[in-house]
Amino acid sequence: MIEFHLDARSGVATYLQIVQQVKEALRLGTIDVGDQLPTVREVVAHLAVNPNTVAKAYRELEREGLVVARQGRGTFIASTLAPASLRYHDELRVKFERWLDEADAAGLDEESVRALISATLRKTWARRVA
Amino acid sequence: MTSAAPLDARGLGKRFRREWGLRDCTLSIPEGAIVGLAGPNAAGKSTLLALATGLIAPSEGTISVLGRDPLRDPSVLAEVGYVAQGAPLYRSFSVADAIEYARRTNQRWDGDLAAELLNGLQPRTRVGSLSAGDRARLALALALGKRPRLVLLDEPFAGLDPLAGREFLQLLMDGVAEIEATVVIASHVIADIERVCDHIVLLTGGGVRLQGNVEELLESHRILMGPRRPIGTIRGVRTIVRERYAGRQLTLLVVADGPIADPSWTVENVGLEELLLAYMTPERLPVQSPPEKVPLRWHG
Repeated sequence: MIEFHLDARSGVATYLQIVQQVKEALRLGTIDVGDQLPTVREVVAHLAVNPNTVAKAYRELEREGLVVARQGRGTFIASTLAPASLRYHDELRVKFERWLDEADAAGLDEESVRALISATLRKTWARRVA
Repeated sequence: MTSAAPLDARGLGKRFRREWGLRDCTLSIPEGAIVGLAGPNAAGKSTLLALATGLIAPSEGTISVLGRDPLRDPSVLAEVGYVAQGAPLYRSFSVADAIEYARRTNQRWDGDLAAELLNGLQPRTRVGSLSAGDRARLALALALGKRPRLVLLDEPFAGLDPLAGREFLQLLMDGVAEIEATVVIASHVIADIERVCDHIVLLTGGGVRLQGNVEELLESHRILMGPRRPIGTIRGVRTIVRERYAGRQLTLLVVADGPIADPSWTVENVGLEELLLAYMTPERLPVQSPPEKVPLRWHG
């Protein structure tokens, strides 16, 4: 089950934060078709937000066809945003973790790793575009 | 309109001896809204809630609660959950006594909901020895256990630490989601209500200064920053709410009615707290140097 969190300083409207978190979970495959979203009451009791806001987020997700509300039973995921490549994620993650271990052994700290990754991404993608 | 607004005031005023506690107050609250009743101390917030609950009579104008007059038709109060400032309760009662009293005095008492909201509170504890947070929790459970259609809370966060304040808000939202009531929360600390309210009524000096849907208010207001200049008409601006000068910098809070075309202005969105603070300060008061600090909160 997805658990929402709220960043009050982000400047993003609360209902949009909820919408975005559902979409992100769908892209990462952590929730899938048929899964149930927490009830409005569960969300407001957890986040201390206005029930109307949660209802609005769920309506928006329903309008986009991502969820369906079943009367008296709750809100369920109706379609997914997960790319077809999702099945490769696990394998790629394991390889990447191995690479991170090597970087760690070589003495790279987090900032160096991030710098190396973003520089490599830029270079690789620039080459592919060209 | 199919059903009457949960709270509706027309030219409402209340005079205490020589001073007006509330004057010329006209407002309407949409059903199902969670309303932040904001304003500095002595702005008339408690007076408005006392009028809404029929505790005092208006000196002029009318107030209608769920379509009825709370003074002439006090039966409407069965559908109103009211928690006065400081959550006054019988201190010698135990928690169980307070619940039993509420059960006997309310026709529509939802014992399950009250018990759910009170979860973790020892029934035998004396009300007088409860912590401020637990006392607020009990007062809220008593108010929501009636399954009211309108909930009125007067400064519910006063005396609560941030953690207890957050717990209170969680409990309130949980209960409101269950009973689907309209809620009015009077608070002079905007940060306490910003998270939940979708409608704002701002009182200053006994009158309504601003009211409306929060999203629409934030959508229509903009902050404009630019070099100091004489202000004529600015394209895209309907009204200037506040102008501030700091050295050569000019900052305006405006009601926009279109895009601001002039590129010499930096245009920013405004947060609810900043918006309300701007409306609380006198209109178009040009503050000369030195640049003043913007107070984050105000206390009486």
